Amino acid sequence: GSWEKRILKSLNSMCTELSIPLARKRPVAEQKELLNKWNEMGTDEPDLSLFRPVYAPKDFLEVLINLRNPNYENGDSLSFRTHLGLIQVPLKVKDIPELKEFFVELGLNTGQLGIDDSTQVPPELFENEHVRIGQKGNVGSDIMLPRELHAIDIPLLQRPCPTNLTCLGECLPKVSDRLDVLYYEQLKTNVIQHDLLVDSLIYKDVKLTASNDDYYFVFEDYLYQVLLCFSRDTSVLGHFAYNSASPPKSYIRGKLGLEEYAVFYPPNGVIPFHGFSMYVAPLCFLYHEPSKLYRIFREMYVRFFFRLHSISSHPSGIVSLCLLFETLLQTYLPQLFYHLREIGAQPLRISFKWMVRAFSGYLATDQLLLLWDRILGYNSLEILAVLAAAVFAFRAVNLMEVTSLAAAEAVLADLSTLKVMPLLQIFLFATVT
Amino acid sequence: MAGKVKWVTDIEKSVLINNFEKRGWIQVAENEDWNFYWMSVQTIRNVFSVETGYRLSDDQIVNHFPNHYELTRKDLMVKNIKRYRKELEKEGSPLAEKDENGKYLYLDFVPVTYMLPADYNLFVEEFRKSPSSTWIMKPCGKAQGKGIFLINKLSQIKKWSRDSKTSSFVSQSTKEAYVISLYISNPLLIGGRKFDLRLYVLVSTYRPLRCYMYKLGFCRFCTVKYTPSTSELDNMFVHLTNVAIQKHGDDYNHIHGGKWTVSNLRLYLESTRGREVTSKLFDEIHWIIVQSLKAVAPVINNDKHCFECYGYDIIIDDRLKPWLIEVNASPSLTSSTANDRILKYNLINDTLNIAVPNGEIPDCKWNKSPPKEALGNYEILYDEELAQGDGPERELRSRTGQPLGPKGSRSRDSGRNVLTTWK
Repeated sequence: GSWEKRILKSLNSMCTELSIPLARKRPVAEQKELLNKWNEMGTDEPDLSLFRPVYAPKDFLEVLINLRNPNYENGDSLSFRTHLGLIQVPLKVKDIPELKEFFVELGLNTGQLGIDDSTQVPPELFENEHVRIGQKGNVGSDIMLPRELHAIDIPLLQRPCPTNLTCLGECLPKVSDRLDVLYYEQLKTNVIQHDLLVDSLIYKDVKLTASNDDYYFVFEDYLYQVLLCFSRDTSVLGHFAYNSASPPKSYIRGKLGLEEYAVFYPPNGVIPFHGFSMYVAPLCFLYHEPSKLYRIFREMYVRFFFRLHSISSHPSGIVSLCLLFETLLQTYLPQLFYHLREIGAQPLRISFKWMVRAFSGYLATDQLLLLWDRILGYNSLEILAVLAAAVFAFRAVNLMEVTSLAAAEAVLADLSTLKVMPLLQIFLFATVT
Repeated sequence: MAGKVKWVTDIEKSVLINNFEKRGWIQVAENEDWNFYWMSVQTIRNVFSVETGYRLSDDQIVNHFPNHYELTRKDLMVKNIKRYRKELEKEGSPLAEKDENGKYLYLDFVPVTYMLPADYNLFVEEFRKSPSSTWIMKPCGKAQGKGIFLINKLSQIKKWSRDSKTSSFVSQSTKEAYVISLYISNPLLIGGRKFDLRLYVLVSTYRPLRCYMYKLGFCRFCTVKYTPSTSELDNMFVHLTNVAIQKHGDDYNHIHGGKWTVSNLRLYLESTRGREVTSKLFDEIHWIIVQSLKAVAPVINNDKHCFECYGYDIIIDDRLKPWLIEVNASPSLTSSTANDRILKYNLINDTLNIAVPNGEIPDCKWNKSPPKEALGNYEILYDEELAQGDGPERELRSRTGQPLGPKGSRSRDSGRNVLTTWK
């Protein structure tokens, strides 16, 4: 609650400082101009030096570290008091045996897209293997089903897409492409008509992140097109029904505090933080048409990504992920955990940004899509915490030698060469526990 | 005695010098005894010129073939490819098959091109066939996008030719010759932007032909949105992808330099267009590179002291057909970004490992077939000796995607020693 107020206050004060309204209607001439350069918004260089991201992942981490359960003061759970990580809220998280069961399809004896398709295994053999898994189709999520069916229909090597994420479209409630386009065009009209303060934040964020990224810079204009529309999409508000957070409100000028004049601001209820555009960027590799890209991104957001910056006790919520990560390290790599803690390099300080961004911008795109594909398949974000722990395990030898947070960060600075699936497998199934 | 390699270069680039020093080689002056000379194309001309030329001894290696310009000058490349097609046609080779419009089915990979002023009449004839098309004028002997302009009216050519005739300081030597090519006005766009491919190809010998493809090529993006509109014909930021041009644009980004790896391109195309067509595209790219090398192989002076690392420029159109634009004999070794530096350092490293095996004093009489482990990021693209026995029939069959083996599987095993599925 207080965190939400803080963000809103920061947004409002920026607005006052710069004397820019939160929202205004664009004059007709400006509307026309924007419409003309819709496809090349990146070439515009408005002066954004006065804007600053409302918050960055590390500000959010501080908030999470200070979370306490008021009902749990002097709690008697011995097992939890021995938790030496940064997160001090007792939540139930899975241990390795439970994770093994949950992620059983990632086991060593199962063929994996992302491992076995890159080796010299005769393709026929692997196809059969995949079909077999496909037929098993036993992961209990509803998204998994069509996806597994898909695997049966089309043998792996002839599949049109390298990841199942591409098939997300088929798993969503059937809406015709034409409706997608209509919906998107409506949002676009709204963007053209109204100027919002968050637009500048979005602009700034894209410029600071994706525009400088080796993988994603080519998609800069798509990001504006998607994110500006997203901010106007009031259907996104729907996710607050199952999100423990509440959308920020603003009041129509002169009516401050009068509930009947309260409006959600921004209209979708989501204030973008530094790095927000990285939730969209990897999807640009999969979808060519902005309307489709938009729909998939919105779906990924309201299903998963909102949990990465909302405080909740959900197993896929960021608090649980942090705790899962810390518990995994402390339990299964105690030496490493204590060493890093001793030298003032609490592992979560390094891994937090990876998890908040769902590793976007850290992994190579093909690897990232394999990871997001598993998020979709298991309908859970817990794999992010497992991967974060697996990365530490993978670099354990080097990490044992460092003596400062900066040195530890340097060891883990470049994740772009990592192979996600083998890392996860080794950590979950090949580590003696 | 196995001494150290003595090297010279007239290109002061850190990616070169760091590589020489890493090997413990010794720098010497040009007029001293040297074993390895990484030289500019100007210098190679002198080394092999009739007047100043001197005999290279068996322990001396240089990084260009004497008449590389048969491939790397825009006009000569086109001339050689045209000749190669005609020869194949005369032989009745199936590679030279044409469609009902008279277009080569497998050898139509260079945009229609004429020499100016020599082929002016031929050009006018072609221009009149499709008067709405755009053409690109390039000086034959210049690089990095210098002197290039687009035209879409005959009057512009007439004006150009008048200007260059009347202009007193422009000599009418062959160096001022231009090529005019049909402009690829439907390039594949990604994120709305035009790009081309820069691929590195190493040739260690032309007869027999043995060439390698560097796995780490990249796409070079224009900073400005592409528009086929003729009003932007003179905005070179829209049309030319050369870094030498683009870095002067307002939107040039110094972190990525507008460069995108080929593996990104492959992932993007596989996702948005499908695996099958993506593999076909890359196979076709390999095909046109090999065909361009085969076209010049008979005329290149296959001097045993020489190897060459070429920069191939390829544009992909929106139907995923690759077009060979030009070949550079001295691809830029300037590093525009941190990643670029790493890439070019490794490129030189892997090139030297093949050209100067083990970093030892070279013996140019060696058989020039390094072990697989020494290839680094290079892959064998074509090895004429290994391919012998595969007649053009087989070559073509695989090129056209007809079944090669049982079940028609695209088995990588049968062609392990060579890169693409068509050979």
